[in-house]
Amino acid sequence: MATERVIFTKEMKRDYTILLPNMLEMHFKIMAEIFRHDGYKVELLQNEGQSVIDCGLKYTHNDACYPALLVIGQFIDALQSGKYDVNKTAVMMTQTGGGCRASNYITLIRKALARAGLSQVPVISLNVSGLEKNPGFKLTLGFGKRILYAVYYGDLLMSLVNQCRPYEVLQGSTQAMADKWVGYLVKELNSGRSLNYKTVQKNYINILKDFELNLPRTKEKKVRVGIVGEIYVKFSPLANNNLERFLVGEGAETVMAGLLDFLMYTVNTAVVDYRLYGMNKMRARIMRFAYNFLHKKQLDFIRMYRENSSFIPPTDFEKTRASIQGYINEGVQMGEGWLLTAEMLELIDGGVKNVVCAQPFGCLPNHIVGKGMMKIIREKHPGVNLVSIDYDPGASRINQENRLKLMLANASRELQEESTASPIHHI
Amino acid sequence: MEKIAQLTLGIDIGSTTAKVVLARGEEILYECYERHFSQVRQKTLEILERLQELIGTSTVKVAVSGSAGLGLARAAGLPFVQEVFATGETVRHLEPDTNVVVELGGEDAKVIFFDGGTDERMNGTCAGGTGAFIDQMATLLDVTVEELDRLSLESTRIYPIASRCGVFAKTDIQPLLNQGAAKSDIAASIFRAVVNQTIAGLAQGRRIAGKVMFLGGPLSFNEGLRRQFVHVLKLSPEHAVFPPYARISVALGAAFFAASLNEEFTYTDLVARVGASATVKTDTTGLAPLFTDKKDYAAFRTRHAAAAVEYADPATYRGNAYLGIDCGSTTTKLVLMAEDHQLLYTYYNSNKGNPVGIVKEQLEEIYTVCGDHIKIKAAAVTGYGEELIRHAFHLDQGLVETMAHFTAARYFNPNVDFILDIGGQDIKCFKIRGGAIDSIMLNEACSSGCGSFIETFAKSLGYETEEFAKLALFAPAPVDLGSRCTVFMNSSVKQAQKDGATVGDISAGLSVSVVKNAIYKVIRAGSAEELGENIVVQGGTFLNDAVLRSFERELGHNVIRPAIAGLMGAWGAALYAKSTAKEQSSMLTREELKSFTHTSKAAVCRGCTNNCNITVNTFADGERFISGNKCEKGAGKRAAANPLPNLHAYKRDLFAEMVPVAGKRDFTVGLPLALGMYELGPFWYALFRALGFGVRFSGFSNRKLYQKGQYSIPSDTACYPAKIMHGHIEQLIEDGVDGIFYPSMTRNIDERVADNCYNCPVVAYYAELLSHNMDTLSSVRFFYPYLNINDDKQLCKELLAFLNAEFGGFGQREVANAVRTAKLAYQAHMKKIRREGERAVARAQREGHRLMVLSGRPYHIDPEIGHSIDRLATTLGFVVVSEDAVAHLATHPARPAALNQWTYHARLYNAAKFVTETKGAELVQLVSFGCGIDAITTDEVRSILEDGNKLYTQIKIDEITNLGAVTIRLRSLIGALEQQEGRG
Repeated sequence: MATERVIFTKEMKRDYTILLPNMLEMHFKIMAEIFRHDGYKVELLQNEGQSVIDCGLKYTHNDACYPALLVIGQFIDALQSGKYDVNKTAVMMTQTGGGCRASNYITLIRKALARAGLSQVPVISLNVSGLEKNPGFKLTLGFGKRILYAVYYGDLLMSLVNQCRPYEVLQGSTQAMADKWVGYLVKELNSGRSLNYKTVQKNYINILKDFELNLPRTKEKKVRVGIVGEIYVKFSPLANNNLERFLVGEGAETVMAGLLDFLMYTVNTAVVDYRLYGMNKMRARIMRFAYNFLHKKQLDFIRMYRENSSFIPPTDFEKTRASIQGYINEGVQMGEGWLLTAEMLELIDGGVKNVVCAQPFGCLPNHIVGKGMMKIIREKHPGVNLVSIDYDPGASRINQENRLKLMLANASRELQEESTASPIHHI
Repeated sequence: MEKIAQLTLGIDIGSTTAKVVLARGEEILYECYERHFSQVRQKTLEILERLQELIGTSTVKVAVSGSAGLGLARAAGLPFVQEVFATGETVRHLEPDTNVVVELGGEDAKVIFFDGGTDERMNGTCAGGTGAFIDQMATLLDVTVEELDRLSLESTRIYPIASRCGVFAKTDIQPLLNQGAAKSDIAASIFRAVVNQTIAGLAQGRRIAGKVMFLGGPLSFNEGLRRQFVHVLKLSPEHAVFPPYARISVALGAAFFAASLNEEFTYTDLVARVGASATVKTDTTGLAPLFTDKKDYAAFRTRHAAAAVEYADPATYRGNAYLGIDCGSTTTKLVLMAEDHQLLYTYYNSNKGNPVGIVKEQLEEIYTVCGDHIKIKAAAVTGYGEELIRHAFHLDQGLVETMAHFTAARYFNPNVDFILDIGGQDIKCFKIRGGAIDSIMLNEACSSGCGSFIETFAKSLGYETEEFAKLALFAPAPVDLGSRCTVFMNSSVKQAQKDGATVGDISAGLSVSVVKNAIYKVIRAGSAEELGENIVVQGGTFLNDAVLRSFERELGHNVIRPAIAGLMGAWGAALYAKSTAKEQSSMLTREELKSFTHTSKAAVCRGCTNNCNITVNTFADGERFISGNKCEKGAGKRAAANPLPNLHAYKRDLFAEMVPVAGKRDFTVGLPLALGMYELGPFWYALFRALGFGVRFSGFSNRKLYQKGQYSIPSDTACYPAKIMHGHIEQLIEDGVDGIFYPSMTRNIDERVADNCYNCPVVAYYAELLSHNMDTLSSVRFFYPYLNINDDKQLCKELLAFLNAEFGGFGQREVANAVRTAKLAYQAHMKKIRREGERAVARAQREGHRLMVLSGRPYHIDPEIGHSIDRLATTLGFVVVSEDAVAHLATHPARPAALNQWTYHARLYNAAKFVTETKGAELVQLVSFGCGIDAITTDEVRSILEDGNKLYTQIKIDEITNLGAVTIRLRSLIGALEQQEGRG
């Protein structure tokens, strides 16, 4: 049964509600506002728990990867909840078009919807490679730019929350401050004031200063744990069993690179394709330009971090790119590709000796860029603690936590050996 | 005054056992190792009570460890130490010069490396348990673990057995048992499998060498396992340490660790804490109970009692009877049926690894029952042991089990449109359309979790299966255990035990899991309507009311469960025997049976280079039956004069023709014949020849070659075709090549029929992984340049740069010429395949043979990866072609709904399209376990075929070498086709 795809028409834009899957709470909240500002009725899905997983299992090929299963589960669970008019609802998903199975999420979603008797629901592909087009949804340059700003804000807030929460004096104060800023940014977007880079910079500095000055933190020394992995599992608490919360609860500080890195990696793909394979010179030029644009902004941010706070800024992406020398080629570009290896190296370079690599069970690219690179990384960096964890609907949390606890036990022994702190190991 | 050292207590609660050590310094005052049968808190209290005197009024420092210890520690507020960390403590205290620790526990396996910073590895989500695995295997062989160990010491040979998880291993062991292989050899093979798993799954690229210490229960109890480790790892006696504290090492380490803590406890305090924790029940998200009350259950029983078969008294019955035998994987079933379908005699029992013996006993019994007044007119056998039993006892008929089950189900409901059979270790389901089997789904090796799983679990918790099932019926809050493979369920059960679930809740949860597994993993149904209206369920597992109820509940739909659910295969065989009966049965007579003997001998077939392990069964009348063979040759038969075309074999021959050659340059390039090399090998072979290099392929794979490279595999969940690559690298190095070439290519050959031409990530970039995980590569040069195969000019540029960087002195013209030569060679190669494909199709049509497109990816023609399924298919009468030999014949190219951006996928889709356009053609898709990307192609290929009214058959393959299941699959396909043809 080849399912014809339902087009999202211009008329639909007016009265259809578009459901967005959730991956990064703060980023996506801000993005959702940008959609609304542009006249789309969007809803960021918040449903989670067993019913989402069950829905995914029920309507997807169970060998499909876990992120696909969860996203589909989230959509169908929502559509079947009765909260939405299923004849006036669409769903949206990103599509990269790479050589990994993730490119087929859109097809899998359509199949699942058809099986659930919801084939009338349009599936909108959010892509920059021109894979599928919908008249009712146009990706304009201005819109794209604003989405990009949401990524900047989201990354900043995520990084600050990660650096503050483990040390907050008043429990919940970090989240409160982050929520306050998300609220502010959303309001600013709604106020219709045009977005421009100047405003972004101003907000950026204000946020940095606010966290720096107005959030009381202790000076304890905690184990720092880096998280890398398949993008959805790495970021989404639904997929990784609240990995961040677990680690913070165990007394660790979590460190992870933001979404901008992934974006720059993706943009860079065409540049590499040209360099290695001589493919599509024009596209490579455009992407090179886009890359330089993004990189320049990143350098601005790093400067702002340094000038306005004591927080650790993101790593210069050029440095990230260079870090893989002697490990893996930039030509490995399916899934997270070489970036995943680079992120591990970047963390280690920044003194984060404990790294969790999170991926869906059986993730193809990660055999190579994750598990496949651990031996050489361990050899070149004795003493690092690398833990690879697979996630899927059947994996029990106890096994995952057990492995994390092993890593933390090693890490805290090392921390003890470094400092004179009293040996505490308690639950 | 000298201070007496502090008392320390280490408590290690694992998945199945509790270990406790009380120490003073390094002196052990008390130790114990006991099974806890899920009663974690009670067991701990019981052991603590024994320590009252020893502790007295002193204080004690405590640390708890182990997978089930975590919950206890949390609830009791006691310090916890991660178990691998605790093992490290033991080693640091007692044997600090140890290089590596191998520790096997109930369900966990660990390897700890001590050189260059502690590097500790535990089994991942897909690594089967070890102690539990051995237990499970012992159950399968119907021996105790001690007997298994003893048996293993008498072994003379080793069979390959997969040990990734119990399910896989069972699939390997069952045929061996059915074929009559010696138990002692199987026992040793089981231990060898554990060793291989430890090396492949855990060491992951790091060699286990130096002083190795072996810890944990299984290693301390099983001499056979220890011997296998020492043998495989080639350890000298002083390098293999088996300490007396092996089984309590974690508890001991916990005790050592406790010494570093501040908190001290008195005995009373400790008991109070653990005691209080027993009442703390953490939140478990329980499912609804299976039955609300006794009345509810009674109504359910009455409804199902309707589907019954009448019994007749064999003592008074006079007349003809028909015998049906179902020789299943774990059980043997027999029924004797009277002329008007009454049951005269039934038998259902475990085949105890000796089905021939059981059937002989039963036949004797049946002859006694029959006396002179009942005449057995015909006998038929079905199931795994079909061939063996038919030959042994000269039965009239044998039939494939799917057909047997269908025949039986139709007896209960002529309109049956869906049959689900959950047996001891397999799930079979088939849809019926228009009175014929329309599609067949068997559980893939990873998704079992069937009847024997519940049985094994019941046993491990100390219950009989029936009692265990009963406990489930009214359990208040069945545990939600997920629906993936049994290994995951094992850990989910651990979690549930930790959370204080009752045995009934676990039993009910397992029933729900088995059902969910069947519906969502095997059938992959979205709703009951998809299955059909007239559903018949059968198989021994459905005699468990909890399973049946869970199934109906999950479907929201009532189904028929015949009272003889466990005997349906035999019942179908009996019905079949009746329908095909002649005047006289050929079955051994009562007298002949008396002198019946059976011996079996393992041997290696020398018919070809495959070297299959075969079993030769010899019966009293001198008849021999050979099993385990992959082709006719092994069965002692000669190959036919004009064999049916087999494109897989043809393609292999083409590769075999590309023999090692020397070149004018004193440098030989080795090409590993795996992954993408099966596609572009002819290109690279011609290219390097043209450039003046010596060239050689690594040759086809076999099990030995795989094992050579196994130690260096970093990701045990990668597909077998990728993992086997490591062996090819080792092979080339052994062959003495100077360099190895496996290019990195994001894109494959562009055949201009799809939207893009990607490789999968594994084929594209596996060289990156090899270069950092295979230390042996440092002895040769390893080349993996990034190349664009689709643009000659660009390719020349890239190759020139690569060659000049590595060797120097290459000119543009030389390289351009070589590329041209290589391209022509590749094109000629592909053209040959297509021409041969056309010839094969023509011959099939001319001579009226069935045509099978045995499709997958190019590397599936490898005899080890494809397990010679191609040859099996030709023995069954199919002309076999590969997808690349017929894809071009599709007149209307496929337009799949999925993104069509992979070269191999596009061929698959078009080959499927060709099948829908061609009469007498069928498609069987080979899928390697772990191929995530095939989750997409399988669905697409299925829809293309179903749109064209063709059956879809998928065969999942891994290291598994069980051709029995594949045979059933293919024979069922033939059966279904015959039925359809008969109907049409």
